[in-house]
Amino acid sequence: MKALSIQSKPVYDSARQGSSGLRELREIGKYRYLLGQLIKRDLTTRYKRSVLGVAWTMLNPLGTMIILSVVFSRLFGAEGNYPVYVLTGLTAWNFFSQGTNAAIGNLVWGGSMLNRIYIPRTIFGVSAVGTAFVNTIIALVPLVLVMLATGASLHPAMLFLPVPIILLACFTLGWGLFLSSVAVFFPDVAEMYQLLLTAWMYLTPIIYPESMPMAATLQKIFPFNPMYWMVKNFRIPVLEGRLPTLAEFWPAAAFGLGMLVIGWLFFTSKSDEYAYRV
Amino acid sequence: MLTVSEIETTVPDLQPAADTAIQLDDVAVQYRLPTERIGTFKEFAIRFLQRRIAFTHFWALQGVDLNIKRGEVFGIIGNNGAGKSTMLKVISGVLLPKRGRVRVYGKIAPLLELGAGFHPELSGRENVYLNGSLLGYDKEEMEAVYDDIVEFAELKPFMDAPIRTYSSGMYARLGFAVATAHVPEILIVDEVLSVGDEAFQNKCKDRMKSFQEQGATVLLVTHGLETIETMCDRAMWLDHGKVRLIDEPSAVVAAYRGENL
Repeated sequence: MKALSIQSKPVYDSARQGSSGLRELREIGKYRYLLGQLIKRDLTTRYKRSVLGVAWTMLNPLGTMIILSVVFSRLFGAEGNYPVYVLTGLTAWNFFSQGTNAAIGNLVWGGSMLNRIYIPRTIFGVSAVGTAFVNTIIALVPLVLVMLATGASLHPAMLFLPVPIILLACFTLGWGLFLSSVAVFFPDVAEMYQLLLTAWMYLTPIIYPESMPMAATLQKIFPFNPMYWMVKNFRIPVLEGRLPTLAEFWPAAAFGLGMLVIGWLFFTSKSDEYAYRV
Repeated sequence: MLTVSEIETTVPDLQPAADTAIQLDDVAVQYRLPTERIGTFKEFAIRFLQRRIAFTHFWALQGVDLNIKRGEVFGIIGNNGAGKSTMLKVISGVLLPKRGRVRVYGKIAPLLELGAGFHPELSGRENVYLNGSLLGYDKEEMEAVYDDIVEFAELKPFMDAPIRTYSSGMYARLGFAVATAHVPEILIVDEVLSVGDEAFQNKCKDRMKSFQEQGATVLLVTHGLETIETMCDRAMWLDHGKVRLIDEPSAVVAAYRGENL
C-alpha cells in the first residue's frame, strides 16, 4: 500500500474562485468514467426485464412510423417517400424528447445522490443526453432498412449526418439543463413539460409535410422553432441527398450552440443551491 | 431569480497547520424553509407578486471552528437534528456553507448509506464499478481492487446476480467493501457500522484501524457512544448546530451523557 502524500494545497476549498461554468466542465472531464458508467447503466437497465432488449430501441420508432404511415400517408404522402420522411422526423424528435425528459428525471433521481456525496451536478444531464445519443445511433439502423425497403437511395450526403446530430445533442443538453434546474425549484415543471412537448411536436413538421397548404399560419412560425431547423438539417441529407445550404444550416448551429451555452451557464450558476433543494 | 438565497462566503486567509486534514473556519449553514409549502409555479408567481413568500431561516450549523489532524479518528456525537449530517455534507463538498470557509486536504471517500447508488437491476459486479465511479475512481483503479472487494464482502458466488436479490446485509457489506477498497486519505463514516452481524462489524472496525495506521483520517458520526470511546482519538459534541465541546472521547461522551441521560 502506498504512503499517503502530504498536500499543502487543499483538495477542496469552499472559498474556491473562478467561473462555475468552466469549473464544472473540468469536473466532468475528471469524472468521465462515471459518465460512461451512468450511460451504460441507463442503456442496460432500460430493457433489462424485456426479452427483445435493446431491439426495442429500433422497433419503437419503426412501429410508430408504420402506424403513422398507415394513418397519414393518404393525407400527407402525396409527394415523396412518406415512411422515410416521418421516420427521420421521429428519430430527431425522439432524441430531443427522450434526452430532455431523462435530464429532468435524472436530476430528480440523482438528487438523493447529490445530497450525499460530491459529484459534478451536470453529470446527470450530460449522461441523459449521452444515452439519447447512443439510442439515436442505434435507431439509424431501422432508418437505413426502411430506406432500402422503400427503394430510396443511400446518398453520400448522409455522411454529413453526425453534424446535425451533434447540434441536436447540444440543443437538447442546453435545454435539458435549463429545464432541470427550473424543475428542482418547481417540480410541477416536469409535468407541464409533457404538455409543452406535445404542443411543440405538432408545431414542428414531424408527421406532416412542411409545405402542407393547410399549415400556412404554422409556416410563419417555423423559423422561430429551433426544432424545425434541427429536423430540417437531419432530413435534407437523407431525403434530398444534398448538404444543407448555409441559410438552412446557420440557424441550427446558432440555436444548438447558443442553447448549450445558455443552459450550461444557467445550470451551473444555480448548482450550489441544488443540495439545499432536492 | 427564483428562491435562490445569496451565498456570502467570507474568506479567512490564514494558512492552517501543516498536518491539517480538515479545517473549518466560522462555518455556518442556513436552511431556508418556506413557512408554507409552495409547490407550483402558479402559486409562487401569485405570492411573489403579492410579496407574500415567508421563510423560516434555520441555522443548521453556526460558527463552527474545527481543525482535524491528518491520521486522526474524529468522532461526532449529538442528538438528532444537531447538525451532524450537515457537517459531513459541508466537509464533503455537497453543501456550500453560507458563511465561513471549509478546506479539505486530501481525497474524501464517503461511505454511502445502505445501498445508495446501487441499481437493483444490475449485477453485483456491475454495481461495484458503478459505485466506485460515483466515488470518483476510474476503471483501472477499480479493476485493481475488484478481487479484494469481493473477498472482503464475502460475496464471491453472488457477483453475477442482480443486486435486487441480495439481502440488506449483503448490500451493506458490498457498499462498505467498495468505499474502503482504496486506502482513502479521508474516510467519512455515517452510522454505517450499525449494519451487518457482529463478525462483519468487527471486520469493518479492523479495517478502519488499519487505515488509521496507514495515516488515513477518519471522520465518524454515530449514536454508538461506545464506538466513539473505543475508536476515536478526539470527539466533538454538536448541539443545535453549535459546538458544545471538543475533547478526549471519554470526556465528551461523559458530558453528553450527563445532559441527555
